[in-house]
Amino acid sequence: MAESEVLLEVRRNPLETTMMVNMGPQHPSTHGVLRLVLTLEGERVVDAKPDIGYLHTGMEKLAEHKKYQHVITITDRTDYLNAMGNNLGYVLAVEKMLGVEVPPRAQVIRVMMAELQRIASHLVWIGTHGLDLGAMSLFFYAFAEREKILQLFEAVSGGRLTPSYLRIGGVMADLPEGFTARVLDFCREFPRALEEFDRLLTHNPIFRMRTEGVGRLSAEEAIRWGVTGPSLRASGVPYDLRRVHPYSGYETYDFDVPTRTEGDVYARYLVRVQEMRESLKIIRQAVEKLPPGPVKCDDPRVSLPPREKMLTQMDALIYHFLLTAEGLKVPPSEVYVAVESPRGELGYYIVSDGGPMPYRVHIRAPSFANVQALPLMVRGQLIADVVAVIASIDIVLGEIDR
Amino acid sequence: MEGQEHQTRRHIFQQRFGPHIVEAKEQWGELTFVIAREALIEICQALRDDPAFDYKMLVDLCGVDRGVGADPRFEVVYHLYSLTHRHRLRLKVRVNEEEAVPSVTGIWPNANWYEREVYDMFGVRFEGHPELRRLLMPEDWEGYPLRKDYPLRGYRG
Repeated sequence: MAESEVLLEVRRNPLETTMMVNMGPQHPSTHGVLRLVLTLEGERVVDAKPDIGYLHTGMEKLAEHKKYQHVITITDRTDYLNAMGNNLGYVLAVEKMLGVEVPPRAQVIRVMMAELQRIASHLVWIGTHGLDLGAMSLFFYAFAEREKILQLFEAVSGGRLTPSYLRIGGVMADLPEGFTARVLDFCREFPRALEEFDRLLTHNPIFRMRTEGVGRLSAEEAIRWGVTGPSLRASGVPYDLRRVHPYSGYETYDFDVPTRTEGDVYARYLVRVQEMRESLKIIRQAVEKLPPGPVKCDDPRVSLPPREKMLTQMDALIYHFLLTAEGLKVPPSEVYVAVESPRGELGYYIVSDGGPMPYRVHIRAPSFANVQALPLMVRGQLIADVVAVIASIDIVLGEIDR
Repeated sequence: MEGQEHQTRRHIFQQRFGPHIVEAKEQWGELTFVIAREALIEICQALRDDPAFDYKMLVDLCGVDRGVGADPRFEVVYHLYSLTHRHRLRLKVRVNEEEAVPSVTGIWPNANWYEREVYDMFGVRFEGHPELRRLLMPEDWEGYPLRKDYPLRGYRG
């Protein structure tokens, strides 16, 4: 592409006023390594062309060379703000192919983790969104709250950003002692932080002027371009997989799916802020209904036997060896499972040929579809608004480039 | 409920496009049709516009290499979703290396990047695509990384 060598090009003809400007991949407001080739007329954006691939690490290829249980660690690293949610989508897909029954306690724990992760992800979004528009102090408040969630993750799994906590057939280990009390503490304190965010941004006249009516996306266009998640719901389509195609027992929780009809940056902002409140509701219910019992399915062909059994019983030792050395026996088939990530529909398409490693793993990344619709939202806007729009669709380049 | 929805969709689909169906499958509650490449555009157009189908959303599009010796070697997989019927459908077309798949960018504009990715990773060409060039790999890259004969490590074997 000829554009790629051009940093800044001013047309020779002085009467022709369009100019091409390269934004990114190192621009701080592109949230990673997104590159935009903007065609400008003065400060107005005539066209924008996203250029991706700077973070391509071949995760789908890598997944074809790892056993099913080892691919979980790769999923952590695709959308690095939603590690628990990625784990969940992947293990649900493999469990569907195996026909595994997940114990109720593990299901509730999974929902709890996925919703904590959603809040943590939205906190990164709100912090950086504010930062991009000049509201710097919010960034520190948001990251201080997020830190509390990351510490909870560290307590259950030992990892903060890449917990790899979920397992095929359950979760890695039961919750540590006093964990639910810590979660409830968080649930009690967090609404106060949300109120503070409201004071700082929601009712802030400067923030509203920068976001209201900016970067509109109509419902029809959003559907045509496969946009999902809060960006779609802010355009008035109440499509939330937790509600439409419930998984992991989401149908038993009481929560609302916030939508707006304006489809602008401010609407997307309001939807996400409200989603944090709804997630909080789900987490409280999860703590309440957390049943006793095992956190892993007891099928020895799927999950490792408990350590004590492995050390004392011959058959447990054999299963342990088989599962580690030979891997899972997944029948030759294909499956597509989608979950609601903080950014939209996260789908895993897995093809099995009966071997211990997946034959093909394709990750349907919500950001990939959402960023492709970016030009629609920024055409006709000012160049400063591009920053606001990018922040409002909350992209993670790790899952776009995979 | 979902099973019933499958039955109706399956029935209508088979009635309308019977001669173009190469293979029909229902597994794990997911409906898959392998269809003839030549009929792809016609079928996709109907799937989007006919209210009986109403698959307004192209959720995902990806490629699969069926193996070096397979004939046809590649599969292009389309995941469609209908918001009104709350139904998912998987379509597939099969294609060999020297053949091309008609592009669905005219029906679902977001197929643009997805088809570019399939071209980038598998070398499958899409006829009628507005700008078929690599998406994730560098422009001057040689080879197609997700093909089964492409090594995981080491440069060119």
